[in-house]
Amino acid sequence: MFNVSLKQLSQQLAEKKISSVELTGEFLKRTRALNPNYNAFITINEAMSLAQAEAADQMIASGHASLLTGIPVAQKDIFCTKGWLTTCGSKMLSNFTSPYNAGVIERFNRVGAVNIGKTNMDEFAMGSSNETSFYGPVRNPWDVSAVPGGSSGGSACVVAARMAPAATGTDTGGSIRQPAALCGISGIKPTYGLVSRYGMIAFASSLDQGGPMAKSAEDLALMLNVMVGFDDRDSTSLQREAEDYLRDLDRPLAGLRIGLPKEYFAKGMSDDVANTVEATLEIYRKLGAKMVEVSLPNAQLSIPVYYVLAPAEASSNLSRFDGVRYGYRAKSYSDLSEMYRKSRAKGFGAEVKRRILIGTYVLSHGYYEAYYIQAQKIRRLIAQDFTDAFKQCDIIMGPTTPTVAFNLGEKNSDPIQMYLSDIYTSAASLAGLPGMSIPIGFGDKNRPVGLHIIGNYFAEAQMLNVAHQYQLETDWHLRMPEI
Amino acid sequence: MQWEIVIGLEVHAQLSTQSKIFSGASIAYGAIPNTQACEVDLALPGVLPVLNKGVVERAIKLGLAVGAKINSPSIFARKNYFYPDLPKGYQISQYELPVVEGGCIKVQMGEVEKTVRLTRAHLEEDAGKSLHKDFHGMTGIDLNRAGTPLLEIVSEPDMRSSAEAVIYAKTLHSLVRWIGICDGNMQEGSFRCDANVSVRPKGSDKLGTRCEVKNLNSFRFLEKAIEFEAKRQIEILEDGGVVRQETRLYDADRNETRTMRSKEEAHDYRYFPDPDLMPLEISEAWINKVKQMLPELPEARRNRYVTAFDLPVYDAIVLTATREMADFFESAVKQLPSQAKLCANWIMGEVSGRLNKEGIEISDCPISPGQFATLLERISDGTISGKTAKDVFDSMWHGEHDGNADVIIENKGLKQISDSGEIEKLIDEILIANPQQVEDYRGGKEKAFNSLVGQVMKATRGKANPAQVNTILKQKLS
Repeated sequence: MFNVSLKQLSQQLAEKKISSVELTGEFLKRTRALNPNYNAFITINEAMSLAQAEAADQMIASGHASLLTGIPVAQKDIFCTKGWLTTCGSKMLSNFTSPYNAGVIERFNRVGAVNIGKTNMDEFAMGSSNETSFYGPVRNPWDVSAVPGGSSGGSACVVAARMAPAATGTDTGGSIRQPAALCGISGIKPTYGLVSRYGMIAFASSLDQGGPMAKSAEDLALMLNVMVGFDDRDSTSLQREAEDYLRDLDRPLAGLRIGLPKEYFAKGMSDDVANTVEATLEIYRKLGAKMVEVSLPNAQLSIPVYYVLAPAEASSNLSRFDGVRYGYRAKSYSDLSEMYRKSRAKGFGAEVKRRILIGTYVLSHGYYEAYYIQAQKIRRLIAQDFTDAFKQCDIIMGPTTPTVAFNLGEKNSDPIQMYLSDIYTSAASLAGLPGMSIPIGFGDKNRPVGLHIIGNYFAEAQMLNVAHQYQLETDWHLRMPEI
Repeated sequence: MQWEIVIGLEVHAQLSTQSKIFSGASIAYGAIPNTQACEVDLALPGVLPVLNKGVVERAIKLGLAVGAKINSPSIFARKNYFYPDLPKGYQISQYELPVVEGGCIKVQMGEVEKTVRLTRAHLEEDAGKSLHKDFHGMTGIDLNRAGTPLLEIVSEPDMRSSAEAVIYAKTLHSLVRWIGICDGNMQEGSFRCDANVSVRPKGSDKLGTRCEVKNLNSFRFLEKAIEFEAKRQIEILEDGGVVRQETRLYDADRNETRTMRSKEEAHDYRYFPDPDLMPLEISEAWINKVKQMLPELPEARRNRYVTAFDLPVYDAIVLTATREMADFFESAVKQLPSQAKLCANWIMGEVSGRLNKEGIEISDCPISPGQFATLLERISDGTISGKTAKDVFDSMWHGEHDGNADVIIENKGLKQISDSGEIEKLIDEILIANPQQVEDYRGGKEKAFNSLVGQVMKATRGKANPAQVNTILKQKLS
């Protein structure tokens, strides 16, 4: 039951072989047993989950079920969820129960999916190891001394340990793809604008994008069918005709042109990752795909550009956390200025404060042109690189991360090293392109390796097809950590 | 030394939409605190702004009315600073690319017309309010006003006296009401002025150091604050001092301005384009659609009144002070096109006087333009005298006989005596009864004539046609 696809779960529910209450109960039971080892959830509320499961059973009974009706889905704690504690991994929101639902939560509620809990994450999604969470680090289920990646580390861990069949994540520079890779699961960050950002607590507005994390490409397609859609409360949401992301899964790959950016295969990638990726490309060759060398000359600038733009937006986005209306407020203060200073000094963790400082600096008078404006220009060049590359290929592949999961505490003292774990993912984010990671085997210390697939704008169905065909040939996506 | 005062104004006009600039909450004034603040206005985690199209339409209207350029795209930017009544920790405004750029407003200084150039007009959201009373040493926050749409209209430093600044402000005030984008209610803060004031030696073309004076919520305060501030700066300079660039607050109770923050204390607002909002694109088609909705502008009407109705320029200016007054005039004059001047005189005199006295707007005038025109018709056709008409007007104002002038005249027997036989008979009697005055007049005392006229009017209780009385009396005495 814990290692079957969403389609199979859905079928069992439809055939009344199991009820949503029973299914939810089973996953809750597993979570109760496993979560203490991994710290993957911030909030578990069995009563609320079971109430949703009961409602889902009624939907099924009355014939109003769709594919995700009654299926437990873990929600990243970045999505405002009515009646649920919504912390974004921060002390600042450790007392915040959301009075409203994010657009994404509404969409899951509408189809009767069951919220099985709110997952742990790096504080305000700022981190690549899940160590910045106020609620403590998440452990990698393949090796508890390793990080699960971040910021959607809780969601990745939950899926990898099969505490839920699927989860949501958000990705700003790699926060879905990097933890998916490190935890050996599948995850996709859609084209910017496809998934509503309404109610998704903002880190860097021009980059943030929600997306699903699950075992397989097919499961991701099912999840995307629910998550993608126009939301008039988000001005960056795109108004497009609805797509069925399952439609192209079975298409053969013969003739597919896979672009391999030479910059991504040059240096920086560890041998175990390089070998695993090469073995994967071999399978694609067998499936009829052709490899094409492409170049992303400005991609090497994506980390510096990202670490100007994302903190700039974050410094402003996080200004609302001032202790005035909700959230953490310092206990004692003598005046307004001290209330702000103390509340923010104590409410935010070190990494969040670092990024607020960087962002404030790059937006300051006299530095704005040199940093922010300059970074915006390079951002356009990076996007142009991809546009040029997609003239020669249909899809781009490379490693999701330069190494397998590192140990807890290993990169804590060196933010630059930490930031570099998003080196392959941040360029697609800056370009607004869809990016995906699928499990392709194991590297050093038997830790998972992920393949990064970048598609052109709105090429999600094609990417899922490419990933699904691989998953028909291999079973990495069905491997479970020994628990 | 002779000094020249240089003034530019920044006006915040609250736009008359139903809902806020970036949320669906109402902007109605005076609601219970925080009952008109939705999740977006409260800046809950995760909420996003969505631009209200009605706000853009109003900005376009202003742009068209002042002959400005409508920028497309224009960009919304975040102005970052912390304040408890600023829920997001930034204000969404426009910085580098405002929606409206350039344009000008013609203001009438007596008979002289002057042009004040506009720098720009940009859209932004208002903040909430901090409430310092009734909270026992704490501060209350009311976010009802947070997110209220504002159009900040910035002029060039083209004004040279407090009087000019006031006339510009009044003209702009009238214009925004005229085109229906702002209710202009200054008590409720719908139209707020900040003045940039500097002084320089007369004849110099270099601008002096300016101070921005805030909190000017009436035309009188605007005038007084500029006068005080200019005097303060002149005194500093005459004492050999230097004016420091700063933001100053006007204190109406003390009639003075005082430092709010110096240039050194000025915030670094860290403006950058708001990534939550797309660049605002305004198509030619949209502009044309708004153009169709725009009423005839005051200047055009003014010119038409002079050419079509042969009114003096002064009358045309007064009548077009508000669109309501101009509309009142036009619907009245439609009924008696030959009497435009009489109509203008009555509106500027009796009607305006009465409205001022009662403290109401012409839109609330109890006499309709049609009823008013009927009254004027009775003057022009000789049924009543102008003097009697004032009494009839008074009755109409109080709603007697549903404001029907004819019924009032009939019922009160106010019809002018125009029967020359009847008047002649009366004059004969009066001449017989006043031989002394007759003699005095014939002896050259003009005053005696007036006294005789007065006697006739008194005997008819004012109903005799004065012109007729004059003619007949003159005939009899010659």
